[in-house]
Amino acid sequence: MSGVLASMIDGLLVGAVYGLAAMGLSLIWGVMDVINLTHGSMIALGMFAMYILFGAIATNAYVLLLPVIIIGLLLGIAVYWMSVHRVVGRPMLMSLLSTFAVNMMVIGIGTAIWSTSPYNVNFSLPGITLGEYTFTGNHIAAAVAALLISLALQWFLYHTRTGKAIRAVADNRDAAELMGISSTAVLTIAFGIGIALAMTSGALVSTLFPFTILSGATYQLKSFVVTILAGLGKPFGALIAGVLLGLLEGVVTPFIAVSWIPLIEFGLFVIVLVAFPAGIFGKRAAA
Amino acid sequence: MKQVAVLVFLVVLLAGLGFGQQTITIGFTESKTGALNVDSTEQYRGFELWKDQVNAAGGFKAGGKSYKVQFASYDDESNSKRVQQLYSRLILQDKADFLFSPYSSPLTATAAVVTEQYGKIMLTSGAAEGKTYTLGNHYLFQMFAPAPEYLKVSLDALKTKDPKATIAFVYEDSSFSVAVVTPAKAYAQQLGLNVVFTEAYAPATTDFSAIIDKVIASKATVLLGGGHYADGSTLARQLYGHKVPLKMLTLLVAPDSPQWAELGDAAVGVSVPSQWAPQSTFKSQYGPSGAEFAKAYQAKYNTPPSYESAGGYACGLILQRAIEQAGTIDSAKVADALNATDITSFYGRTKFATAANEHGLQAGHSMILAQWQKDKSGKLVKEVVWPLAAKSANLQYPIH
Amino acid sequence: MMILRHPFFYIILLIAAVFIYFPVHGDNVSLREDLILVAVAIILASNLNLMIGYTGYVNFGHIVFYGLGGYVGIYLVSVHNWRLVPAALVAGVAVSLCALLFGLLILRLRGAYFALATIGILQAVQAFVSNFGPWERSTGMYLPMTAYQPLGGATRALWITYYLIIGVMALSMMLSLAIKNSKFGLGLFAIREDEDAAVVLGVNATVYKAIVYSVSAFLPAVAGALMFYKNAMIDPSIAFEFMLSLEGIVMLMLGGQGAVMGAALGAGLYERLRSYLLTSPTLSNFHLVIAGGLLLLVVLFSPGGLIGWFYRLVPSARKVIE
Repeated sequence: MSGVLASMIDGLLVGAVYGLAAMGLSLIWGVMDVINLTHGSMIALGMFAMYILFGAIATNAYVLLLPVIIIGLLLGIAVYWMSVHRVVGRPMLMSLLSTFAVNMMVIGIGTAIWSTSPYNVNFSLPGITLGEYTFTGNHIAAAVAALLISLALQWFLYHTRTGKAIRAVADNRDAAELMGISSTAVLTIAFGIGIALAMTSGALVSTLFPFTILSGATYQLKSFVVTILAGLGKPFGALIAGVLLGLLEGVVTPFIAVSWIPLIEFGLFVIVLVAFPAGIFGKRAAA
Repeated sequence: MKQVAVLVFLVVLLAGLGFGQQTITIGFTESKTGALNVDSTEQYRGFELWKDQVNAAGGFKAGGKSYKVQFASYDDESNSKRVQQLYSRLILQDKADFLFSPYSSPLTATAAVVTEQYGKIMLTSGAAEGKTYTLGNHYLFQMFAPAPEYLKVSLDALKTKDPKATIAFVYEDSSFSVAVVTPAKAYAQQLGLNVVFTEAYAPATTDFSAIIDKVIASKATVLLGGGHYADGSTLARQLYGHKVPLKMLTLLVAPDSPQWAELGDAAVGVSVPSQWAPQSTFKSQYGPSGAEFAKAYQAKYNTPPSYESAGGYACGLILQRAIEQAGTIDSAKVADALNATDITSFYGRTKFATAANEHGLQAGHSMILAQWQKDKSGKLVKEVVWPLAAKSANLQYPIH
Repeated sequence: MMILRHPFFYIILLIAAVFIYFPVHGDNVSLREDLILVAVAIILASNLNLMIGYTGYVNFGHIVFYGLGGYVGIYLVSVHNWRLVPAALVAGVAVSLCALLFGLLILRLRGAYFALATIGILQAVQAFVSNFGPWERSTGMYLPMTAYQPLGGATRALWITYYLIIGVMALSMMLSLAIKNSKFGLGLFAIREDEDAAVVLGVNATVYKAIVYSVSAFLPAVAGALMFYKNAMIDPSIAFEFMLSLEGIVMLMLGGQGAVMGAALGAGLYERLRSYLLTSPTLSNFHLVIAGGLLLLVVLFSPGGLIGWFYRLVPSARKVIE
């Protein structure tokens, strides 16, 4: 096993989680034209949710994902009604700011409760060793979970009534309402799912490294990069774009110092924004 | 009448003695929250133990007056921006007479700017980077041995054990670690050791997989580096998780904390360059002995002292002695007394450089290498393994 | 000059005078330290207003100008031994030129995509500086104490820096006032209302946007050079704090975007609130919660901010307090 291949596999694993995180952002953006700036703090809340659940019920951390998803749905619905409902349809700056305001509040409350000292979820699955390289069980489990959840979402969107309703509202809100779909209900559920996805990705990475309420910021930025790469409308595209981003990181790191990666990613981000109006996979909503 | 007069005289005398009691205010910031929390708390406890012992003894005497100590402190949140605002506040509003540094080199460098701007003495601990002292200061005094000394102990030990080892330097890209690794690399090459990989990681890094893969690819058998507790402990955990075949692992700062034992198996064999260990046997010319200090600390905090705590306590001790020598709390005179200091305490020898281009740099103190080993009952303990004259156990090599 | 006919011009001078008088009068260094933070907040918010309030383009990354200005300033002073004022001016010009280059790249984007691109630029610049050897990468640069000698020592230098910052603050507000009442400003407002219609009516949107983006970078860069000189050190994490960028937007929304006084009011109030909360032992963790709560209330119920509310109360004030 060569160093480059090991690095690429590590990148793939981590990319799956980037993809899952981005799916939440992409879904909300695609359905209601809102850029959810609470995304980062929700990812961090997912990390803490796992921490609390794991502390209370000492079982396989990955089993605890289910309650995290449910918490995410409920929290998402609450955030929607608090800050998004009134500003859907208004200029995008309004929803940017209202979601950002909620983000600040969540981080403030999180800091008050948990301070900014690092927390750990001490749970490890045995890894897989190939030659000199070991791929930790937690990384593998996170990637597998991300993939399964994405497939579940895909099935939900294309094979259930609610899923179809969500896609209909994303396509054309007015037409959907004319067809009898309650757009408010749909938007609420879609936002809830988006937050649930964010929290779940946070819960998945909580076992990988120490985190604080501020740890969501890096993943939020990666989510933006992935969402822009993928374009809007097809959440599964976000998963693929996330994996590609992780792969890119994995391919590049053996050859240059790790500290250059953010520059490459953000450079790519700006270039794709400017040069590819429709993203690589989907459509770009009207600005 | 005579008895009344004597009584009045005694009352006035006692009152006079009472009024001779002064309080000095020492200001500093602590990282109560943030990534530096663990190390900063240990440093703070050193300060606090010293203050409590001084006040319990009724204060210390200088120039005919008796001084008790009070602290003014804030949480800097491990953030340098807050440090500047807070040190200004400590000096301007809380009227601190003297300052102690925050924990860590970058925060201390920031605080030093403020204390120098206002002409106040600051004793620094938990800050080994030397560049701050080359910028032209008058009132900075460093308790820690400077950064270039740190990895020398590891490299010296390695040279005797396994001169053919392949070395990787993986370290935090911040002032302290850079100040340690840059001269260490030169020293390694000077000793004829083989350096195969060098890379710095951004300070807030939490996922080291990419760098670890590169370390494995370089076939390094020794890894030296790290930074502070948060990244050091994560790096150690992840190196263990990736089963990297290292024969020696020296990380800066982090393994010195008693909390390191929490890492369990990932902690075994990890070594740390240390400013002080409870096993150190310096003959103390001033203040408590090493054993007395360790005992008092253990009794108060229910945990053994780390070198951050020793450094913190030493700050108070050396300042106290300087004030006693100067007979006053006037900054200029106390600074003269500090400049003239050359003394051995429980902490080791303390002497400050006085040349203008390196004023305050610690010139008397030297490092030891400590290593976590399992004792006969399987419990994790920290032993001193280098230099040979100071060791309490043999260096475990290879560690796996 | 047309600007002299506006009563608000004299209000700006009055504000600057107040900022200078009170700290100097009592040699009150503590007050000066508080006020300088307020002044910097006003500088950042006022210049941000040019993009958000006047042109309708939301710049999420405007702190990048401040940070880059700080870096250029410290680099020139510490490595090349320049004096403060020339270094600050060169920092301003250099960063404005950078802004022009960035602008060429991203000003063709609209709305939220532009906002995201500005975040991308901020993060990319921070990542670049973290790797840039001559600027000491993540370690950052420190000023030797001798850097204060040309201005007569640290104490005097800090006062001089304060006067210069107040000057930049006054200039920022005057710039906002001048643009607001000029033909250039009208063009910007037209772009904000409906960019396509404006183009049809003959406004050269591309040039106007590029100019205002570049101009909005100048004074923050100068302020950055001055402030980091005062702090005697700079590193990537404190130069390019994303949160500061976002707080600038909060200040603007709070005070009232579009109005010169709105930017100043919002900045002043927010900065005082933040300072108070941060040093209060019980409340220090709540500063973000309170700030976020305020922002949410403003966005949901009073998008015109405090000034908007004030204008509704006293409509004739619009002519005086701009």
